[in-house]
Amino acid sequence: MKLDGKTPSGPLDNKWTNYRSKMNLVAPNNKRRLDVIVVGTGLAGASAASTLGELGYNVKCFTFHDSPRRAHSIAAQGGINAAKNYQNDGDSVYRLFYDTIKGGDYRSRESNVHRLAEVSRNIIDQAAAQGVPFAREYGGLLANRSFGGVQVSRTFYARGQTGQQLLLGAYQSLSRQISLGSVEMYNRHEMLDVVKIDGKARGIIARNLLTGKLERHAAHCVILATGGYGNVFYLSTNAMGSNVTAAWRAVKRGAYMANPCYTQIHPTCIPVSGDYQSKLTLMSESLRNDGRVWVPKKKEDAKAIREGHKKGIDIAEEDRDYYLERRYPAFGNLVPRDVASRAAKVACDEGHGVNRTGLAVYLDFSDAIQRYGKSEAHTMGNHSPDAATIKRLGTGVIEAKYGNLFEMYEKITGENPYVFPMKIYPAVHYTMGGLWVDYNLETNVPGLFALGEANFSDHGANRLGASALMQGLADGYFVIPYTIGTFLCNEIRTPKIDPNAPEFEEAETSTRARIDQILNVKGNQTVESFHRRLGKIMWEYCGMSRNAEGLKKGRQMIRDLKAEFYKDLFVPGTQNEFNPELEKALRVADFIELGENMMVDALDREESCGGHFREEYQSGEGEAQRNDEDFTYVSAWEWDDDQPILHKEELIFENVELKTRSYK
Amino acid sequence: MVTKKIISCYSNQTNSLSTNNIMDLILKVWRQKNNDDNGRFENYKVKADEHMSFLEMMDVLNEDLLAKKEEPIAFEHDCREGICGSCNMVIDGRPHGPNNGTTTCQLHMRFFKDGDTITVEPWRVKAFPVIKDLVVDRSAFDRIIQAGGYISVNTGQAQDANAIPIEKDLAGQAFDAATCIGCGACAAACPNASAMLFTSSKVNHLGLLPQGEVEHSKRVQAMVTQMDEEGFGMCSNTGACEVDCPKEISISNIALMNRSYIGSVFGSDKGA
Repeated sequence: MKLDGKTPSGPLDNKWTNYRSKMNLVAPNNKRRLDVIVVGTGLAGASAASTLGELGYNVKCFTFHDSPRRAHSIAAQGGINAAKNYQNDGDSVYRLFYDTIKGGDYRSRESNVHRLAEVSRNIIDQAAAQGVPFAREYGGLLANRSFGGVQVSRTFYARGQTGQQLLLGAYQSLSRQISLGSVEMYNRHEMLDVVKIDGKARGIIARNLLTGKLERHAAHCVILATGGYGNVFYLSTNAMGSNVTAAWRAVKRGAYMANPCYTQIHPTCIPVSGDYQSKLTLMSESLRNDGRVWVPKKKEDAKAIREGHKKGIDIAEEDRDYYLERRYPAFGNLVPRDVASRAAKVACDEGHGVNRTGLAVYLDFSDAIQRYGKSEAHTMGNHSPDAATIKRLGTGVIEAKYGNLFEMYEKITGENPYVFPMKIYPAVHYTMGGLWVDYNLETNVPGLFALGEANFSDHGANRLGASALMQGLADGYFVIPYTIGTFLCNEIRTPKIDPNAPEFEEAETSTRARIDQILNVKGNQTVESFHRRLGKIMWEYCGMSRNAEGLKKGRQMIRDLKAEFYKDLFVPGTQNEFNPELEKALRVADFIELGENMMVDALDREESCGGHFREEYQSGEGEAQRNDEDFTYVSAWEWDDDQPILHKEELIFENVELKTRSYK
Repeated sequence: MVTKKIISCYSNQTNSLSTNNIMDLILKVWRQKNNDDNGRFENYKVKADEHMSFLEMMDVLNEDLLAKKEEPIAFEHDCREGICGSCNMVIDGRPHGPNNGTTTCQLHMRFFKDGDTITVEPWRVKAFPVIKDLVVDRSAFDRIIQAGGYISVNTGQAQDANAIPIEKDLAGQAFDAATCIGCGACAAACPNASAMLFTSSKVNHLGLLPQGEVEHSKRVQAMVTQMDEEGFGMCSNTGACEVDCPKEISISNIALMNRSYIGSVFGSDKGA
């Protein structure tokens, strides 16, 4: 099957305007007769459900959480980008578009990214109107900060809780539609299958998590806004419940998984402290604005630190290797996430890592404390401050800027980061890959749409900071409300979909069989133990750097793990009750299959780009080497347990020139 | 800031990561099969590393139970970074445990001692029926928001975001109220199981901002009415909610909401 991205013709900056001005619409009287299912209530799902409700569609919305407000979008800290140019510093829609394309290492679709940059401005307006309490200047206007190695200040933020406040805005809009009756909300319902009739997505099978009952929900189309799959690595910054099941079930029904190997490893996370660890915590990227990253130059110093005989502050200045500043003098500590993460791995692999595990580097604020301290003293008229004064004043400035992050670090590690340099290590944070979608955000299955992190469309091989919130809300508020019409305008004569159709019967039966299979294994190992093992395989062979041999080995190990899973899994209880272990088991079963798909994809992509680093393809200095000649395509996988089929969508760049990313 | 005080006891501590303390604990956990069951405490022994979070300690206990083919303890959790509002344990009598300004997931075992007996219970609030063990139904909070906890603006209707300047201090005040994570600790802490802190935080977040002022009096009436219908109690100013709120939202929000409510019922700004 040929993949058609359905990119509209015409000049880039007019594509979206022309397209939405000329597309077919659904009249208000017909919208009332059309049913739409939205799965997921994060930024993308909640914004889509509420906006479609406002437009007059009958919306049914599903979440596995106890409330739509708990979706993991809530945990985003840093901010949201928008090309408002409020700072008059040269920002524009084109610049945001260009930064996103370049940051994504030229592996995303120009037309989608440009549209994202265009609607970014509307998002800020919409959120402000909803009462999202963005940071403001004394004049009462909105404040901005710079983020993630770009040269303008275009990031809007709400303290360190931007995701929370934006999600609450969307949740409140959704709540309003629920109260008006245009959205019917199903909490504690997990989607376990997509139902296709005559090739079109016409509904879902959902499990009521309280009673265990399998329910059939029919609609004219289905939207998946179910987030990313970072938890395939077990340890990640994702919430414990974040999972791939909805997306993977769609894949099992014929949807294509695009670029699954593109994983974002975030450089500034709190390192692993023990085997019991259940998740990793992100420290906002904004810390790299003031922190300097280093490891001890001498291996014996690093060893002494690991064994507890020395501490970071004992290492003399000349014995520290500020490796990012050394390797990338132009960007220094502000290189993009993928570059910073790999450099940390290199330092630790060479034996310079700190922390008991050897898997940590320092993020040190002592220079910033000195710098700010002197400047503060100067402002107060003290031109020859003593060391203690400088330290006190400088610490005050750092506390004002990052106090909540430092407090969180101390709560988790028990160590005071104002005194001892912070220890950080990269961790899985975001997945750029996802369901393949065209310009309408429609998958290759007609009537099945994917939004937000669940799709692959906008971030290429690497996502820039403060762009995830932007994409989730762009898709939900400003794209899908229009593009869904391209499908639904042909459905106005379609009567209500019948949940008693044989296709629903079949989907429910096969879902029940899957559950029975898992409950009937009655083995000895817990879901958690399988998930941990899967995570270790993924991290080892498909993590920050990959090679052909490891990927082949990893794929086999996953297949073996899968066989063992269905032979020795233990899940207590029954299916007709509230059973969290069963929920986890169903999710891990899907993660295992996705993990294999990731290995296959990473093996196919014989180049290094963005979050995907193949050891065979690097320069003499260890920098990633892209291969534009052979790999400027989106990999869309039609899954088959034995012979997955690769479909390629060529990426055509008409407006930007492909360049080697250099941060030196 | 009580949080600061707790934190500061570590300020000059040496690197504790190199020597992990393992402690033996007894957990007294509330087990309840479902809402019809009466429920009871059961005791469990567990070994905990001082660097574990409280929930990781619960994970270890659950893995132990599963190894013995016993039913694990059901508890609610998700982000494990103190923002989603899922986790909800009453630990030694206090919602979210002994540390102020901290959710259960952010509480670490180093705040306990070897040999401790720790009591773990669900929220005890009539309007939050127990589903199983430590899991309760907090959908009442969603219904309070649905009653009016929003600004009525459809997508696309917004003007430019900088068209309404908002005084920085006022925006900060609205933000302080907006940090509520909807966990329900306020109601669990309150002897009257009142949801006034939750409700007032949303009323004030929106009501303090010019965008939300238009619907303010209608909103406060609708939300307070819904709160009463859900079966939450009234506020008697004990202040327990403020102490146990993991986001340290001020009880003064309740006073502010009461003033708005009275104004909306009796004053000239009566809502629809």
